[in-house]
Amino acid sequence: MNEKSKFTPFLYILPAALIVIIFRLVPITLSFLLSFFKWTIRGPEKFIAFQNYVKLFNDPQFWQSLLNTVFLVIFVVPSTLIFSLFFANLLNKTKALSGFFRTTFFVPTVTSLVAISIVWKLIFAQKSGLMNHFLSLFGINGLGWLSESRGIFDLLFGAVGINFKEWLHVLAGGTGIPFNTLYIILGGPSLALFAIIIVTVWRSLGYNTIVYLAGLQSIPDIYYEAAEIDGASKFKQFFKITVPLISPTTYYVLLMTTIVTFRVFSQVYLMTGPPVGGPLGTTKVIVYYIFETGLGEAMDLSYASTIALVLFFIILSVTLLQRKLEKKVHY
Amino acid sequence: MFKQHLDKLTRYFFLILCAAIMVIPFIWMVSTSLKSQSAINKGSAGFLPIEIVNYIEKDGEKEYVEIIEKKENKAVVNIYDEERKHFKESFVEVSPQSIKRDTFIKFHFNNFVEAFNKVPFGRYFLNTIFVSFCVVIGVLLTSSLAAYAFARMKFVGKDAIFYLFISMMMVPQPIYLIPSYYLLTKIHWVNTFWALIVPWIANIFSIFLLRQQFKTIPQDLFDAATIDGCTRFEILWRIVLPISKPVLATTAIFALIGSWNSFMWPLVMTNSDKIRVLQVGLSYFAQESSSSTALLMAASTFTVAPLIILFLFAQKQIISSFVSSGLKG
Repeated sequence: MNEKSKFTPFLYILPAALIVIIFRLVPITLSFLLSFFKWTIRGPEKFIAFQNYVKLFNDPQFWQSLLNTVFLVIFVVPSTLIFSLFFANLLNKTKALSGFFRTTFFVPTVTSLVAISIVWKLIFAQKSGLMNHFLSLFGINGLGWLSESRGIFDLLFGAVGINFKEWLHVLAGGTGIPFNTLYIILGGPSLALFAIIIVTVWRSLGYNTIVYLAGLQSIPDIYYEAAEIDGASKFKQFFKITVPLISPTTYYVLLMTTIVTFRVFSQVYLMTGPPVGGPLGTTKVIVYYIFETGLGEAMDLSYASTIALVLFFIILSVTLLQRKLEKKVHY
Repeated sequence: MFKQHLDKLTRYFFLILCAAIMVIPFIWMVSTSLKSQSAINKGSAGFLPIEIVNYIEKDGEKEYVEIIEKKENKAVVNIYDEERKHFKESFVEVSPQSIKRDTFIKFHFNNFVEAFNKVPFGRYFLNTIFVSFCVVIGVLLTSSLAAYAFARMKFVGKDAIFYLFISMMMVPQPIYLIPSYYLLTKIHWVNTFWALIVPWIANIFSIFLLRQQFKTIPQDLFDAATIDGCTRFEILWRIVLPISKPVLATTAIFALIGSWNSFMWPLVMTNSDKIRVLQVGLSYFAQESSSSTALLMAASTFTVAPLIILFLFAQKQIISSFVSSGLKG
């Protein structure tokens, strides 16, 4: 090898490397710096060590947006997993029209979230929306989908005549936890956040169904044939063969859906409000809070970076946790 | 036998149900975009642009009216002009018996023209096409070069650099949005096309996909080309890229979809009308014209139409590339 060929490989990766360094590595490093400084759009002003982190710890808005995001993840990820595996399973046995189904399932994936959010906002409109129009057929009338700040569990218990708040007061008295904290957590996501959950699941369903379908098709038929001979029921086949053998796909779907759900922004930005994040801040997710803090009126770049970094470490730890879990259940 | 049929029936029932849930929002979007605003205001939530309009007969001709007041012996109406947009006469007294009701279906295709002209959507389209085009070309160039090096060359720190690339690209965009904004302000790129294009012309998924493809090309081909006196770059340009066309197409489609649909980044990095892209333009339109639902749905329809049409034409390739990139990546 001559001198020239030693350096040419670096020329090939240079364009991509420059972009990665300038527009990924530098900003990510900058965000660490920003979080330890008082830093405005003009530049750094003062080193303040951990003050931003202390502020964050005592910021009720941060905790609420974190809780909203956690609600979103807890509801969206399992529903996406279950529904997409269910539909992929149905699709896997289907020959006629399978191309048609695949195409229709996939359309939301290539559609912009902006348009999707605008359409769903109108679908959830209280008076002229399709959702309430549909629900009125079952005698459910006038739900304020995007304006209802009460939690869905509160609403559900209310609908069957149980006074949820009274029970919580008893619980609060017994445990010493403040009523409001209990209500916010046990009340569940607000109906408005639930609407966001529905849209998010709807958007991710098609893609994950197709991913699961590819996974299912890679399982050899011979396993099912053997199980059939041994007299295992379809139900048993699903849980003893399909679920274990599909676990690498499940891990992938779990990981991707979790990351995508943590970064939900457009749905909240376009469907809720004014003010965005309403009613009563129950749909304010953490990425919108970062956006609002760093680029809204306050323009607090350093505090916004602090929130972003904390989000980063949350996503990272959840990802690592899932990885550990995957190693345990992987066959 | 009977059980098998029942099984099939339930399966198709659920599949059709799911397909319906997936497409109904789109159908509703299009159908709403074809309604008249007055029909929407009256609470028409169905799928057909059905209009219920009152009319009186005057000199043997129908005159559509809006009832203002109706009592037993007296009614006051406003008379519409021919397009039923404005009133040509107001507060006309007529006898209540003469008012009749008309129900008909009318598609208001004009909503599309009106929405398109209300804000400079033409400009937004051109901007988006320009940005997407540059991003696609950029991604193809940088990814082919980098993937070629990662797949076919030996150099110090190859694995380390590759993993650095991957880990950087796995960081979700919102995490580095704020410092990026600061950085782009400092280099005076905010509000320029540079900000929309340059940060996105490197893409790790594309590098990864192409690297996998380049690795499958037999070494004999490279040896033969080298003996014939081809340089490395010539091998890439004349041999590797031509036989990798399907994967290049996949890469291009990904870059196009990502660029066309990106929202948060252009929302933050631009604020002038001149370089506004479609998604941001649509979001502003949604916030301004909250009253005109029909126009908003028309605008949403023509924003998503290009990609949906592209998807319908190339759906096999798009679906399989989404899946394969996902599973390998």
